[in-house]
This record gives sequence, C-alpha cells and structure tokens, in this order.
Amino acid sequence: MDYDPAAAAAPDGFGPPTGDGADATDFTTSGREAAATPGAAATATDTPPHRTRDRIADLVVSRPLLRQTEREARVWVRTWKGSLVSGLLTPLLFLGAMGLGLGGLVDENSGDVAGLSYLVFVAPGILAAAAMQSAAADALWPVMSGVKWTKTYHAASATPLAPSDVYGGYLVWMAVRLAMNATAFLVVAALLGGVPSAWGVFAVPAAVAGALAFAAPLAAYSASQDSDLPFPIIMRIVVMPMFLFSGTFFAVEQLPAGIRPLAWVTPLWHAVELARGATTGSLGLAAVAGHVAFLAACIAAGAWWGARTFGRRLAA
Amino acid sequence: MTAIALVGTKRTLRVVERNVRSYARMWPAFLTGFLEPIFYLFSIGIGVGELVGDLPGPGGHPVSYELFVAPAMLATSAMNGTVFDTTFNFFFKYKYAKTFDGMLATPLGVADIARGELAWALLRGTIYVAGFLLTMIALDLVESWWALLALPAAALIGFAFAGAGLGLTTYMRSFTDFAYVGLAITPLFLFSATFFPLSEYPGALAWFVRISPLYQGVAIERALVLGDVSWSLIGHAAYLAAMGVFGLRLATRRLGFLLQP
Repeated sequence: MDYDPAAAAAPDGFGPPTGDGADATDFTTSGREAAATPGAAATATDTPPHRTRDRIADLVVSRPLLRQTEREARVWVRTWKGSLVSGLLTPLLFLGAMGLGLGGLVDENSGDVAGLSYLVFVAPGILAAAAMQSAAADALWPVMSGVKWTKTYHAASATPLAPSDVYGGYLVWMAVRLAMNATAFLVVAALLGGVPSAWGVFAVPAAVAGALAFAAPLAAYSASQDSDLPFPIIMRIVVMPMFLFSGTFFAVEQLPAGIRPLAWVTPLWHAVELARGATTGSLGLAAVAGHVAFLAACIAAGAWWGARTFGRRLAA
Repeated sequence: MTAIALVGTKRTLRVVERNVRSYARMWPAFLTGFLEPIFYLFSIGIGVGELVGDLPGPGGHPVSYELFVAPAMLATSAMNGTVFDTTFNFFFKYKYAKTFDGMLATPLGVADIARGELAWALLRGTIYVAGFLLTMIALDLVESWWALLALPAAALIGFAFAGAGLGLTTYMRSFTDFAYVGLAITPLFLFSATFFPLSEYPGALAWFVRISPLYQGVAIERALVLGDVSWSLIGHAAYLAAMGVFGLRLATRRLGFLLQP
C-alpha cells in the first residue's frame, strides 16, 4: 500500500525497538521444531534423522554465509505472523479481487485475454509482482536497520563472517521466505483454477528470481545510504509503477509504444513472462533462456555491487 | 460550538503547525504520497478497463470502466492520505519520539493533541485528494457539477478514517500490531465496490460490503462524479461523520488515560 518515514519501522518487526513480546520466546524454538518432526527426516530414504540434522549443521558451519541466513530464519520464527499479512494474505486478496471479482467483468466482456481467462492471466502476474514488492521492502528498511539502527550487521561482521557473507546470507534467506510465500500462493491459485499447467511449479523459482533481480541491487543501495528518507519515495515511484505496469494486470502490448521499452527493462516483466509461461505451459526454450539470462545478469550485478557497499559500510 | 469541537482552537493549530514544519524537511516524501491512487487509475482503470469495456451506470446509461474506478480511487486517496498519519506516524510520535509528552509540558492538552493530529492528517489527505481530482478533470473523468462537492465529501471520508485511525492506534502496543492496519486497509481498498460493482459480489458478501466504511465513501464520490445524487447519500455521510466523531472522542479519552494517568 503506502510507506511513510515513520512507518519505516514496521515491516516484520525491524526498526526501532519494539520491546514487548519479542524477548519472551526463547532461542530454542527452531531446535524444538526440528526435533519434533523426526518422521519427516526418517522417511527420506534410509538416512537416520540425526545424521540429516548433523549434515545441515555441518553445512551451516562450513559456510559462514548461511550463518546469516540462520539468523534471519530465527528472527522469522518469532515474527512470521506479521510478515504473513504482507507476504501472503495481501497477494491472495488481490487474487480474489482482481482474478475473481474483476475477472468476472473481463470475461463477460472480452471473453479472454490473449486466449486466457482473466484469472489465469492475472494469477502469475500477482505471484511475481507480490514477490517483488515484498522483496523490495525487505531490501530497504531491514538493511538500514542492520547497518544503522540496530547495527546487527556490524555485530555479524565482528565474527568470522565477511560483509559479503552478511549480504549473501540475507539474500539467501529472502529467497527461502519468498519461495515459501509463492508456493502457498500458487497452491491457492491452483485450487481456484488459475494454474492450468503442471509446469506451473516453475512459477515459484521464476517469481523468486525476479524478486531477487530487483532486491539484490536494491539492498546494495540501501547499505550505502545514511537515511531512510528516500525509501518511501522509491516504493512509490519505482516499486508501485513496476507492480502495476509490468504485464501484471494487463499485457505490456497495451501500453503506449513509447513506454513499452521501460517495462521490458524491469526485472518484474521478465519474471511475469516466465511465471505466466510456466502456469500456462506455453513458453519456448529460447524465451525462457532470454528471460533467465536477464534476471541472472541483474542478480550478478547486484551481488557485485552489494559486496562493495556492504564491505565499505561494515569496514569501519 | 460543534465547529470548535471539530476544528479546534488556536492551540489545535499549534499542533498542525508543528507537523507542517516537520514535514517541510521531508517534502518529497509528502508530495509522492498522492501518486498511488493515480497509478492505480492508469493501471486498473485504463489498462484493465480496455478489457472490461462499459458497465451499466445510473439510469441504465453505460459508464466507461475508468469512469467507474476513478471516484473509488478518489475515496481511497482520502482514506490513504489520512490513515498513515493517524496510525504509524501517530504511534511513532506517541511511543518513541515522545512528541506528545513534550506538547503536554506546554499549555496544550490531550484534546488539542488529538484534534491537531486529526486536522493535520485531514489537511494532508485533502491535498492529495485535490491533486487526484485535478487529474480526473484533466482526463475528462468528471461528469457532473455535483463533483464540486467531491472535495468536501473526501474531507468527510478523511475525517472518518483519521478519527478511527487515532482511536484504534491508542490500543496498539508495538509496531508488530500494525500488521492489523494493513489487514484492515487492503480488503477495504479491494472490496468496497472499488474495482467492480456491488452486483458482482455473492449475496452475503455484498451486505458485508454495504456496511463497511470505505464503501460509504465510494458510494458518495461515485454518485457525485456521475451526477446520480439521491437522499441515500445523507445516510452514507452520517455513517462517516459518526465514525470520525466516535474515533476522535475515543482517542482523546485514551490519550488522557495513557499520557496523564
């Protein structure tokens, strides 16, 4: 919706200290959950449960980057309810309003959009756009919190973690969280009849890649900033138009010819094309390769920049 | 008497002045606030509107989809413009910046603070609405002279949401609780006959929409912009006025309880 300077604090409990409640839950929650579900691990071939867990632990220890991911996961375990509203519930409400409500009007009038019912057309669009929007917010305020307000990133870089580990680990966590929300969204969309093809499962990685292609450079930028004053402006004049005009709710071909190229260079348009190609099972190999290459290039460029800005910010 | 109760006294204006001065340093954040409903008007109203075509309007005349959506975005603009100042920003000032404790050390009282914050939010929201209304006029999306009343009507919508925002925010304990604001605003934005008419909702849901607050505003603005005015608008207006007055009273009482125990 809208982002204000003082709203800064809000997403997912970052920002100025929120105080009550948060400290009450102890750190072992995730450990208990892991222990409570040995059945899941046991069914995975013949690996004893404890060995799987050991392997995960080894993996985390051997890769400092995943330490940062673990930290974010532990915070999420305590704040996931709040993030569910923006990450999952909001896109589902959009799906209901646009796909079912407005979709009824569209289908009555024009029959279909590019041969698709409006629900089928808009579901992958909302999937990718919501992932991008939620990743954008996460690449702004929480990063500012890490480098300035609460300085948790400084604390992390006082350990064997390099600044690029802090940045990379955070992006990995973002990908995990986005994938969870996108999967849940896709299941609901499929139940409503919005996902005609089984290839639709690939819409999840498409949405995640599109979101990271925008969030990786954005997080790099946030780490270089001293104030969050530009953040709501970025949400309003970059993220919001991208959300609304990147082929999400109507085809980019409908845009005036002069504006169309602007949509083509947004990561979101590529993600929407991929996701829609997946849910409708109608995308050629060449097109997939092109879109994937574009998104990969954005992520790589972001990673290069992020390593620099995080390095500079956390060097002192 | 009522005018003073609502608009307040000179002391109320001091609170407004404080906010004006504070925002003078953040004018880009202020200015970009009115963009969101305009983007929605272009994307859904005009973009998706091409796919929707015309809808049945007042008296059976067809109404283009963008003309259907525009007044709803006007009402939304009034809601958005006031809700964020009276929830997030109000809470930040009350709990973290301790702005109100500072104010109470002056001759200002809690009633002045509540009215001043409300007046400021209303001022901000009305500026956004005026910008949106000018956009509508530029796009030729105003059908009737009744639209002259669209701005005061939007101020009434803003008053209702500002009052409710202040009142409910006094019950918030931490920023985590503000997930509820999104939880309330998003469904109102999407399901108040904003993007599709009441007839598209299943029966029970339609009644739910009818009693929801933003729907009152959408109904008023749509009637004014399309020139389809009837006495029922008085009912919608009374609903919004009552909501604002109740919220403001609640906020004043709660602030007294919280800041001057």
